Amino acid sequence: MNIQQSMTVRGKDRYKSGVMEYKRMGYWEPNYEPKDTDVIALFRVTPQDGVDPTEACAALAGESSTATWTVVWTDRLTAAEKYRAKCYRVDPVPNSPGSYFAYIAYDLDLFEPGSISNLTASIIGNVFGFKPLKALRLEDMRLPVAYVKTFQGPATGIVVERERLDKFGRPLLGATVKPKLGLSGRNYGRVVYEALKGGLDFTKDDENINSQPFMHWRERFLYCMEAVNRAQAATGEIKGTYLNVTAATMEDMYERAEFAHELGSNIVMIDLVIGYTAIQSMAKWARRNNMILHLHRAGHSTYTRQRSHGVSFRVIAKWMRLAGVDHIHAGTVVGKLEGDPNTTRGYYDICREDLNPMQLEHGVFFDQNWASLNKLMPVASGGIHAGQMHQLLDLLGEDVVLQFGGGTIGHPRGIQAGATANRVALEAMILARNEGRDYVHEGPEILAKAAQTCTPLREALDVWKDVTFNYESTDAPDFVPTPSMAV
Amino acid sequence: MRVTQGCFSFLPDLTDEQIAAQVQYCLDKGWAVNIEFTDDPHPRNTYWDMWGLPMFDLRDAAGIMKELADCRRVYGDRYIRISGFDSGHGWESVRISFIVNRPREEPGFRLDRSEAAGRNLRYATHSYAADRPEGERYADQ
Repeated sequence: MNIQQSMTVRGKDRYKSGVMEYKRMGYWEPNYEPKDTDVIALFRVTPQDGVDPTEACAALAGESSTATWTVVWTDRLTAAEKYRAKCYRVDPVPNSPGSYFAYIAYDLDLFEPGSISNLTASIIGNVFGFKPLKALRLEDMRLPVAYVKTFQGPATGIVVERERLDKFGRPLLGATVKPKLGLSGRNYGRVVYEALKGGLDFTKDDENINSQPFMHWRERFLYCMEAVNRAQAATGEIKGTYLNVTAATMEDMYERAEFAHELGSNIVMIDLVIGYTAIQSMAKWARRNNMILHLHRAGHSTYTRQRSHGVSFRVIAKWMRLAGVDHIHAGTVVGKLEGDPNTTRGYYDICREDLNPMQLEHGVFFDQNWASLNKLMPVASGGIHAGQMHQLLDLLGEDVVLQFGGGTIGHPRGIQAGATANRVALEAMILARNEGRDYVHEGPEILAKAAQTCTPLREALDVWKDVTFNYESTDAPDFVPTPSMAV
Repeated sequence: MRVTQGCFSFLPDLTDEQIAAQVQYCLDKGWAVNIEFTDDPHPRNTYWDMWGLPMFDLRDAAGIMKELADCRRVYGDRYIRISGFDSGHGWESVRISFIVNRPREEPGFRLDRSEAAGRNLRYATHSYAADRPEGERYADQ
């Protein structure tokens, strides 16, 4: 669509006082070849009617790097050309008239090493309210190895987490304690004990369980650790419960995390809403203290869900892998919360692989090399149950925490029975998969057979057999694979 | 009680045919299969004794099943587990682990508590079997 020519004004004329189009100031460089060390951002840009798309995208590059609305002579005191972000490619979005994909390259020197806050202040700091744009979405980023290496990455990582827990070869099982609000510490610990003894590996505080009148945090921590240790002795297995240390200040969070550590917990939890700096601080704390760090993505849907505006969750997942959390909620596909299967596959790959090849049908726009940064365990939570075990294993793979909250605690014969049903369903499915069976299609049969020797599973399958959440996704990929021609 | 470590402890004990299928799965993935045994199943007992070295070069499940049979003949009164080890970059650890032999009676664990200041408790998981000397823990079975 574009005339592939630089329009950049050079020499003295470039710095004449007054207003100049961004595309003439050096922010549109269609012949620019991104360097291996550049940070690249891909935006979905919807300009206001009548605004030239190239100018809109150049403005985006300008406003997210060095530019302001008018020419300033002080640019000449700097190596300005290096510091200008360069939009080097603008493509129309397939099947979406009026929207464009803008590829923008940023020199590595624009960013402080190891700081998500600094990265985001540039990339999403200013531009989302820019008047010439109707809407704007950050779709993906390519983070150069040189930059990745400035981050700690997940405090523990999938492999070491599994080693610490002594659990291999199957997804981990968890449950969020319900009701999420109102239980006293003593009653809360009861739910934890029952679920862990019944066969789950983890239980979890919900995002908004902090320290409220019905249960202050110390009460919760003390009773939960009694429950964890009791369940551990009853089963001979390592157990854990994500103690949510989210609080009003960093000092409060450290205090809670230290207490969890003192009590022997192997995992603590934070919410995304605490902010990037606080997340990185907690990741460093977790690394220092041999603690697994669970992140609940509370609040993300306010900016990740709509395709036209905001930040894609795949970008949040990348930032969180850099920031250093060990667990992140990344969707279930089949559960109650938003999640297109292909888009979700893209998120899971970003969490778990060392190299993400570009894969447009999964919404992955760039090759991303993680340079051996630890792997981040995705968590599937929200409206899933034992009857979906074959689908969950197929869609989400083995390195994932499957969290059955309602699907454990809502079991007609109680929490232990619910936990056992989930564990038996999982083990039966893993056994069948490893034996080479077509477990995706034979799933219901495999579960029915396992239920013959496990009444709790039988009951779970009966109660939830018809529960599905089939709604159209709001965030499907723009590119669909076309069947390749036979040669 | 039943120690529920490993991948398949919630299922009925695996038959040899089922074990062989899991071993074959490991071999097909290129993992080294390892047989280990212990008479102290404490959840933090990482280093079970190895029945020889991990079988890096064995490619046939039947060979491993024979090793398992030999191990059972000597240590049939203890816990035996099979694991698959992946030496691939970025993992370099165990990929799957499951129990294939148990003592007839599993005495389990006691939870010891000692009270500390501020209602804190210090917990210790105590393996009943380990009250007796190593090698004699399941001797009367």
